[in-house]
Amino acid sequence: MKEMTIDAAIENIETVTDFINEELENYNCSMKAQIQIDVAIDELFGNIARYAYSPETGQATVRVEVEESPLSVIITFIDHGKPFDPLSAATPDVTLSAEEREIGGLGIFLVKKSMDLVEYVFEDGHNILKIKKNLE
Amino acid sequence: MTIKKEKNANELKIYVEGRVDTATSKEFEEKAKADLGGVEELILDFSQLNYISSAGLRVLLSLQKIMNKQGSMKIVGANDIVKDIFEVTGFSEILTVE
Repeated sequence: MKEMTIDAAIENIETVTDFINEELENYNCSMKAQIQIDVAIDELFGNIARYAYSPETGQATVRVEVEESPLSVIITFIDHGKPFDPLSAATPDVTLSAEEREIGGLGIFLVKKSMDLVEYVFEDGHNILKIKKNLE
Repeated sequence: MTIKKEKNANELKIYVEGRVDTATSKEFEEKAKADLGGVEELILDFSQLNYISSAGLRVLLSLQKIMNKQGSMKIVGANDIVKDIFEVTGFSEILTVE
């Protein structure tokens, strides 16, 4: 298990992504799975950076663990900002036209579609969001 | 992310390289919208685009709405991962993807 604690800021999304990708390099992770994980980091860490502490700032911890048989990666995002369950966001209607489309909830929808597990708990003043992706 | 633009009469072609994500989507939106005046055909060349997240999809939706009023828009060269994101989110129904 490895983790990093960093300012929850948009300019740090890249640092977090590099941190996770470095860990994934040790495993036989397909390009598709890696990009799905990168998109999930952008959506989830991006949400924390934009909303968790706004208008103040704060830190977030990102933890990465790898499980074997089946090989899977688990990434946990922890912040102590405003309680927010992204899984409670309404599922967007993906059948609407451009004019009718609303964009809210699309990021978490993408994460749910591409990950094998997405779990949220609020515990001891912390938002804890866990995603899991099977690599085989 | 790197953006290059080519304008020929009323056609604007925008080449997007790298990632369109939370950190870069604003720049993509500003650069794309800066030259849309009088454009009737907008072509987004995504052959060098690695991935797009929901922040980028929001910009595509906004560009599509503008182009619905003044002409047409199409996306060319998107890789399978980007196409998969369009598919899952229903954007393949809204956008013209070649």
